[in-house]
Amino acid sequence: MIVEGRVIKLGDKIDTDVIIPAKHLKSTDPRYLAQHVFEPIDPEFYKKARGAIIVAGKVFGMGSSREQAAIAIKAAGVRAVVAESFARIFYRNAINNGLPAIVCPNITSEVRDGDLITVNVETGEVKVGDKILKGKGIDGMALEILKAGGLIEYLKKLQRGSQG
Amino acid sequence: MRATLGVSSAHDEEWAMKTLTEKILSRASGRDVSPGDVVEVGVDLVAFHDLTGYHVLEVMEKVGVKRAFKPEGVVIALDHLVPPPDVRSAEIQQAIRRFARELKLPNFHEVGYGILHQVLVENYVMPGQVVIAADSHASTSGALGAFAQGMGASDVAAATITGRTWLTVPQPFKIVFEGRPRQWITGKEVSLEILRAFKADYFVGMSIEVFVEEPSSFPMDYRLTVANMGVEMNADALMFAPDEETSRYLRETRGVSISKFEGVNPRAKYVDEYSIKLDDVDFLVAAPSSVDNVKGVREVSDVEVDVVFIGSCTGGRLSDLEIAAKIMKGKKAKTRCIVVPASWRTFRRALELGYVQALVEAGCVVTYGTCGPCIGGHFGVLGPGEVAVSTSNRNFVGRMGSPQSKVYLSGPAVAAATAVLGRVAEPGEVL
Repeated sequence: MIVEGRVIKLGDKIDTDVIIPAKHLKSTDPRYLAQHVFEPIDPEFYKKARGAIIVAGKVFGMGSSREQAAIAIKAAGVRAVVAESFARIFYRNAINNGLPAIVCPNITSEVRDGDLITVNVETGEVKVGDKILKGKGIDGMALEILKAGGLIEYLKKLQRGSQG
Repeated sequence: MRATLGVSSAHDEEWAMKTLTEKILSRASGRDVSPGDVVEVGVDLVAFHDLTGYHVLEVMEKVGVKRAFKPEGVVIALDHLVPPPDVRSAEIQQAIRRFARELKLPNFHEVGYGILHQVLVENYVMPGQVVIAADSHASTSGALGAFAQGMGASDVAAATITGRTWLTVPQPFKIVFEGRPRQWITGKEVSLEILRAFKADYFVGMSIEVFVEEPSSFPMDYRLTVANMGVEMNADALMFAPDEETSRYLRETRGVSISKFEGVNPRAKYVDEYSIKLDDVDFLVAAPSSVDNVKGVREVSDVEVDVVFIGSCTGGRLSDLEIAAKIMKGKKAKTRCIVVPASWRTFRRALELGYVQALVEAGCVVTYGTCGPCIGGHFGVLGPGEVAVSTSNRNFVGRMGSPQSKVYLSGPAVAAATAVLGRVAEPGEVL
């Protein structure tokens, strides 16, 4: 599973209140959520997000368990998030909604805003120009969930499997 | 359960050396686990509230299964947008009510009963359990010695159906609390001290196990606040090793007696250890807009404040209300001041003890358990340029309302003194 995109670079400790404020949590509609992603820091974010890869520092997605944070980023067209570390709940929510989340130490010092990067989701390798950075790939059940497009699709497949 | 029938073996010795995290997750998974293992575990309690609960139900609907692994294993409390400030919130609560009725879930709690995490510890959680909730502050239940984690709606839907989930066994980190805190220093100040020392990114992938040297010096209310703030430390879980204080709490609030605790060998292997001298912990705040932007109160004592919020699953327990009432009694609040007890039980007890009376006469608005102000939901949303001091858990940009508002997180004594003086203050300044 390979994803390619240009980088939108963010800092450390990006929290879920910034990704999607609580006032939007009465909906799970991806189209609605996409329009409000990162609203507190950049209300126009969704306009430049399509096809991008977010690169961020430490504990990306810290804070609340709101799954809408992962849904909003994915629905805005972001292809993957590569961060130096993730908050545990956000990481699970990303995988459960088919959004690749790759841990890659020091990525923020190697990558600039607007760079074109290629991410191998399974090996965790991130290619920037001639450089290859070694991140942590996704494997096992998490990879199967991601490939199915998220936990709902994965569980449906299991249901069908057990009935068939 | 492990029955050794008095026969000592290498395996028993290995077991004795395990940390609390490993012991709980070994039992829950049915195999000996080590940090880093990805394991499937059985879950004792699954919980959700209105604002994540409707999402949990949506996921179940999409998967095509509406089931609870066992009816008494599912705990629901309507706490976030309660009482409903708009039609959509009311619809969400109606859907969850219908669900609870249809599946005959005995542990469904109506609007006003309390904030989910407080409801869980007051009624259900036991030491050694695995507790999963669709809310990040699920970590609160760790105060009773449970392994408790917040998860998203999809994970919680799956756990509600199957009673199982998967997780990565975290690296256990040991913190020892020594001595006893000074007057009006609570679990909140101790949490901020940990965040000051380690910052919010240090504990990723770790579980914090807290050992209190003198159990009675750090009461359950304070422990609940520290465990609650465990998620702000980005720990995978935070748990207090059960001790005499744990059994006192369970006996006095629930009438449950536990005869012995799961001990942890002093030589059990932790990734690292740290000690906090409780006597040295000072009045602290987390300044905008990060939980680890910790400062001494004196560094920010010129900050003028519009609103004080004393409440939430972090800072709305009886000891918080007691401290605020004792400081504000006979005085008038200069700021607006909103007080939200964490549960109906807390509210009733605060009424009996005269705390509500003292707070109301000081000019505070007191209401029953809701998450409203803490999440910028309702009942006190901040406007542009407004400054709040709050005993809640997060001060992120826009958390309590406008992205142009600012939030300082504090314990109850600093919040109460601030309300009286209209600027960030220590309790000594008003007494």
